[in-house]
Amino acid sequence: MDKEEKKEWEPRIVAFLCNWCSYAGADLAGVSRLQYPPNIRVIRVPCSGRVNPLFILRALRQGADGVLVSGCHPGDCHYLSGNYYARRKFALLKSLLEYVGIEPDRVQFSWVSASEGSKFSEVVTEVTEGIKALGPSTKLVKTKPKDE
Amino acid sequence: MNDVIAAIRQTARKLLEENQVDLIIGFEDGTLPLCSSPCFIRNPDDVERLTWDSSCENNLARFLPDRKERVGIIAKGCDSRAIVGLLQENQMERDKLVILGVPCRGMIDRKKLESALEGKEVLEAEERDDTILVKGSDFEKVLPRADLLHQSCRVCRHRNPVIYDHLIGEKVPESEEVDEYEDIKEFEAKSAEERRAYLTNAINKCIRCYACRNACPFCYCRECFVDNSEPQWVGKTIDPVDTELFHLVRALHLAGRCVDCGACERACPMGVDLRKLNKKLEKDVEERFGYKAGLDLEELPPLATYRPEDDQEFIR
Repeated sequence: MDKEEKKEWEPRIVAFLCNWCSYAGADLAGVSRLQYPPNIRVIRVPCSGRVNPLFILRALRQGADGVLVSGCHPGDCHYLSGNYYARRKFALLKSLLEYVGIEPDRVQFSWVSASEGSKFSEVVTEVTEGIKALGPSTKLVKTKPKDE
Repeated sequence: MNDVIAAIRQTARKLLEENQVDLIIGFEDGTLPLCSSPCFIRNPDDVERLTWDSSCENNLARFLPDRKERVGIIAKGCDSRAIVGLLQENQMERDKLVILGVPCRGMIDRKKLESALEGKEVLEAEERDDTILVKGSDFEKVLPRADLLHQSCRVCRHRNPVIYDHLIGEKVPESEEVDEYEDIKEFEAKSAEERRAYLTNAINKCIRCYACRNACPFCYCRECFVDNSEPQWVGKTIDPVDTELFHLVRALHLAGRCVDCGACERACPMGVDLRKLNKKLEKDVEERFGYKAGLDLEELPPLATYRPEDDQEFIR
């Protein structure tokens, strides 16, 4: 790797993955040796319904450049309906972020099943590229990220 | 207007004397005209303190959660909607509650009154149908009522109580033609930078006194997320980011619950435009989930239910 490449800014993305689908999907991507950008920091949660919008805002405050929340497809939730409730909360959060002038694309949601290792790697690739294009997060960050 | 006061007192006396309730929550005259304040009456002989005018702006539903006694409560449109919300959330028992519904013509914003009088002190006030006569030591003025109303009252579409056991006075006509989201739509039409600048500026005024939270009928959590120390979700300083986080999350917590009673804004000592956030979520909830808070006891709150066909265009 040459020096120029090393200096390139890499986003830090917090990924909340549900235990039953998306985490297993990420695992499948791993065991299938699928490549995706190493920018995500995975936090395993029992269900996408467990993800409080406060978690997402807090991640941004702590300096995450983006947040990805991923759960089971509608109808496939291990707890039957957790992702449906989550979907309503996330819709409001996303709309509110846009309203207050924070780039709504910093917060991304996806449905990834346990068998969709390739979808997982695609989602992470797309999300990372999207957030890279937005540049470092500045609007809701309390502790500015340290220079690498 | 005096008939209403008489009816309130009579009903309150009856409820207390017949031991139907232990406590009446209503309004009494403040020390200044047009400055009524909430009062708590336990003795039937005290019902003469109860009053009703255009300054009974507090949302009395605030005093209901956690109350063990049987309560009789004076409720305007917005109070009654808050009561419906609290009942939906099982914060009290319906059979311990006697609701004295009072149709409301909108409450006066004291700040608007003060600016209309250029800060002169009101010593006497008399309410008429569409005007208010205010007198001070060296002036006398007749002001149109409509100009003095709170913004939330101006665009209110539920002036009559939606739930009550005794209706005091006659119902007032609801204004159907108003667009309650007019200012939100206008704000949404601005650019992201303009919105950001406005809101950052508005929120930066906040001194984190939590008066908004304490005045809100729906902020009844035993421990608020801002008071949590482990984990500490949000810093306790007036750092702009922490303050913004507090307001964003509070607005989210009120999504589908806020009845736009305006209690938070009235309580705010710094004049933070809290309604800009709360009303936006109210609008989103109505548009996305077709739900309006505090109207139907049987309906589930929008975030406690779902539809399989809910919009998910934003999800990958």
